[in-house]
Amino acid sequence: MAPQLAITLVFFYWPAGQALYQSMLRQDPFGLRTKFVWFANFRKVLADPAYLNSIQVTVVFSLATAIVAMGVALLLAVMAEKAVRGKGLYRTLLIWPYAVAPAIAGMLWLFLFNPSIGSLAYLLRSLGIAWDPLLNGTHAMILLVSAAAWKQISYNFLFFVAGLQAVPKTLIEAAAMDGAGETKRFWTIVFPLLAPTTFFLLVVNTVYALFDTFGIVHAVTGGGPGKATETLVYKVYNDGFVNLILGDSAAQSVILMAIVIALTAIQFRYVERKVHYG
Amino acid sequence: MIGQSPLRTFIAHAVLILGILIVAFPIYYTFVASTHTLQTILRPPLPLLPGGQLWNNYGEALFGGIGRIGGVSVGTLLLNTTIMALGVAAGKIFISILSAYAIVFFRFPLRMTFFWLIFITLMLPVEVRILPTYKVMVDLGMIDTYAGLIIPLIASATATLLFRQFFMTIPGELVEAARVDGAGPWRFFFDILLPLSRTNIAALFVILFIYGWTQYLWPLLVTNSNDMNTIVIALRKMVSFADADTEWHLVMVTAMLAIVPPILVVVLMQRWFVRGLVESEK
Amino acid sequence: MKFFGFAAGVAATLTLLSTTSAFAVTQISWWHAMTGANAEVVDKISKDFNASQSDYELVPVFKGTYPETLNAGIAAFRAGQAPDILQVFDVGTGVMMAAEGAIKPVAEVMTGAGMTFDKSQYLPGIVGYYSKPDGTMLSFPYNSSSPILYYNKDIFQKAGLDVNSPPKTWNEVWEAAKKIKASGAASCGYTSTWLTWIHLENFAAWNDVPWATQQNGLAGGDVELKINAPIFVNHFQALADLAKDGTFKYGGRTSEAKQIFLAGECGIFTESSGGLGDIVKSGMNYGIGQLPYDTDAKGAPQNTTPGGASLWVFGNKSDEQYKGVAAFFSYLSKTDVQEYLHQKSGYLPVTLAAYEATKKSGFYDKNPGRETPILQMTGKAPTDNSKGVRLPNLPQVRDIQNEELEKMLAGQQTAQQALDNAVTRGNAAIEEALEN
Repeated sequence: MAPQLAITLVFFYWPAGQALYQSMLRQDPFGLRTKFVWFANFRKVLADPAYLNSIQVTVVFSLATAIVAMGVALLLAVMAEKAVRGKGLYRTLLIWPYAVAPAIAGMLWLFLFNPSIGSLAYLLRSLGIAWDPLLNGTHAMILLVSAAAWKQISYNFLFFVAGLQAVPKTLIEAAAMDGAGETKRFWTIVFPLLAPTTFFLLVVNTVYALFDTFGIVHAVTGGGPGKATETLVYKVYNDGFVNLILGDSAAQSVILMAIVIALTAIQFRYVERKVHYG
Repeated sequence: MIGQSPLRTFIAHAVLILGILIVAFPIYYTFVASTHTLQTILRPPLPLLPGGQLWNNYGEALFGGIGRIGGVSVGTLLLNTTIMALGVAAGKIFISILSAYAIVFFRFPLRMTFFWLIFITLMLPVEVRILPTYKVMVDLGMIDTYAGLIIPLIASATATLLFRQFFMTIPGELVEAARVDGAGPWRFFFDILLPLSRTNIAALFVILFIYGWTQYLWPLLVTNSNDMNTIVIALRKMVSFADADTEWHLVMVTAMLAIVPPILVVVLMQRWFVRGLVESEK
Repeated sequence: MKFFGFAAGVAATLTLLSTTSAFAVTQISWWHAMTGANAEVVDKISKDFNASQSDYELVPVFKGTYPETLNAGIAAFRAGQAPDILQVFDVGTGVMMAAEGAIKPVAEVMTGAGMTFDKSQYLPGIVGYYSKPDGTMLSFPYNSSSPILYYNKDIFQKAGLDVNSPPKTWNEVWEAAKKIKASGAASCGYTSTWLTWIHLENFAAWNDVPWATQQNGLAGGDVELKINAPIFVNHFQALADLAKDGTFKYGGRTSEAKQIFLAGECGIFTESSGGLGDIVKSGMNYGIGQLPYDTDAKGAPQNTTPGGASLWVFGNKSDEQYKGVAAFFSYLSKTDVQEYLHQKSGYLPVTLAAYEATKKSGFYDKNPGRETPILQMTGKAPTDNSKGVRLPNLPQVRDIQNEELEKMLAGQQTAQQALDNAVTRGNAAIEEALEN
């Protein structure tokens, strides 16, 4: 345990502490002029209507992304277990898209799949579909959720497959002999046994949707149209990394961290209790 | 195995094929793009079937294109990326399996505090803490080193969480039995936990290798020498959306090249899952 | 702990390896954001400069996109490891200027190294943009471009428009676009990249109307946006009306619309002169014209402003390093180097001599599009409205403008409302940024 703690302290807590300190500063990007302002940045951020809009957007986005990404992955994993022939091939084909770097995916997205300019958009338009995520906020949100969930499906799939492998076949066969139908077998035996995996994925997907998606937002919608897809983490990224307003950005990331820690604590307290271990 | 009705099997295949179409199409399409001429790529829409430029494009990219623009040979780029990906995967699995082992099987003061201390690290991506983290690297003299590329990325809790979840499913009787047999903590770890964790380690290795392989912003920051560049950086350097013409056909080849090694890892590691299946059916 | 040992070993070995290389020559580091063909140009220029003398070694390092490069420079500065030269995009100019303690003005670098620095040799429109109000040049312009008009000759032909006379005014653009759409020659008449840069900042300069007070921010102080003046409102209302039936097609906030034009969906297109390369290589039958102007404006056409990036020099370096930087900048100003840069990369030449030499070589006869942006920028001496725009938080203000314009194009508000909102929100953001 010592190595992880050591690495965590040096490369995580120290920088994180600095971020906390930064959240109480007004500072130019180069750190030449610094003013300590206590909680002024927090007050400002929380009073900003754009921030409240952003919270709303984030809730919709995160829920939709986690549900879609996990639901589709579970369905595919169960199907992949069922398909006796070509099981290995299916699995391989479903995992390898995960190998695409986000930096590359964003680029390909823009070039090939961006629904206004990419080749796919061209197909949609020639089919007469009025698809306009650049100006229609709902379309933009659908697009963003698909992109974010798409990236996560392979990941979830991989762990569901690993989880399904661990389900003892004897249990299922016994249930089958008792006359339990396939659907019933799944919900009464397989799904409860998958609970630890599902719980792990629930935490990871929530964190993913909340924290790791600014690259996708940046590449796919840039927060637009208007502010229809500006999520909290994209705002942190855009204010800090692009607009270089360090104090606001740090205050936002502290708030964001507090939200997620609270969320995770709740998950651990109430959801994990229901998780059936061994 | 339990018998299935043909209809259900058919549905399973249909769902899977649809899933693959959705999930894998972008990569297929990248491959398609890598086999067309620059002119075809520049005038959308791009055809759905591969073109005839496969050998020309790949030859040009491998023997000039990438090196010319990236400034470093393809071999060096791939080597750096491999070292980084392996380091991240191995390092992270190593430290997290130990941590999870300590948290689940030992009772010591502040146990849950340590767990939370580690766990919270899930929640702050590199981009958000980039200025201070960079400063740490400079202070430790880790700019332009493999260690600098790898170690900061190890400080995250996903893997620890996964092992914790998994270890908690191990029945208490097994732990008791081991203790009765006189197995010490280390023998228990090596003889029982490690073999049991094999599928999980394999799954994690795939995820982490790919995580390491696909990093962009961090390697960009901590390397000042072109010799330390990774393939993803080289790829981004080749692409310009504005203000310059981009040799898209070569870019698509490089994109394929950046994608193929992780795919190999996925395919090879899959044997471990399959073996896990076979053994559990004994 | 094995892993730490291994890592430390690797680290030690690499440090040893990397420190043994430079003894006799002074290394000058140059962090840049150039990609594609432009990245090759950077490497070539660096190699040639290193071969041309033996005292300094210029080391170019790619640091990602413009924002990524700027952040890398800032992170490095704060950690005490700033590079010697950092390439910063146009909208980051305000940020760099505000950081007076961190940077060393290029003019000082040059005179400090004992070199004469004659500003009159450089294109005035470009140099003005990168200078302080008192005329001191702060950064060295490396890559500049300006917006121009492109049109698809095949579509013009089909629509019955004259393929040899591109529309000169915005009213002509609207009419031609309607004709293209109505005749069925293409599904859309007109599209544009960068609405903020082309339709607000350059629209103001080209028509000689203020974009903001205080010489658009160049004179410093408290700046207030002026983009809700009637001439802007009329322009954007026309655009919003055309967007309703798809005669104008919105492509996104930055360069995305280029794909729409390349696909042959739209007949007319405004975009940076730097976008020419892709259009040439796509094999399209295209034509080029000057950026259209507004007939209501008395001074139009005035001059357009540059976009692109310039090279900034960090402070607190040794005299020897500054001499190296100065040597590189004077090498970069050489006519043949500028000629190469201009012809190979599609960016504008920085010096007048390079422009004249390129003209003499007959390059523009073969590539007529390349001269258009230069003529646009040099036609008249810049006024207070046309030297460019500068704010400490220009990226943020552009975000605000984009958001309001998108709502307008979606039909949620009129042009007047959109621009009023953009002014109110923009001014508030500027005021706050100046406090910091």
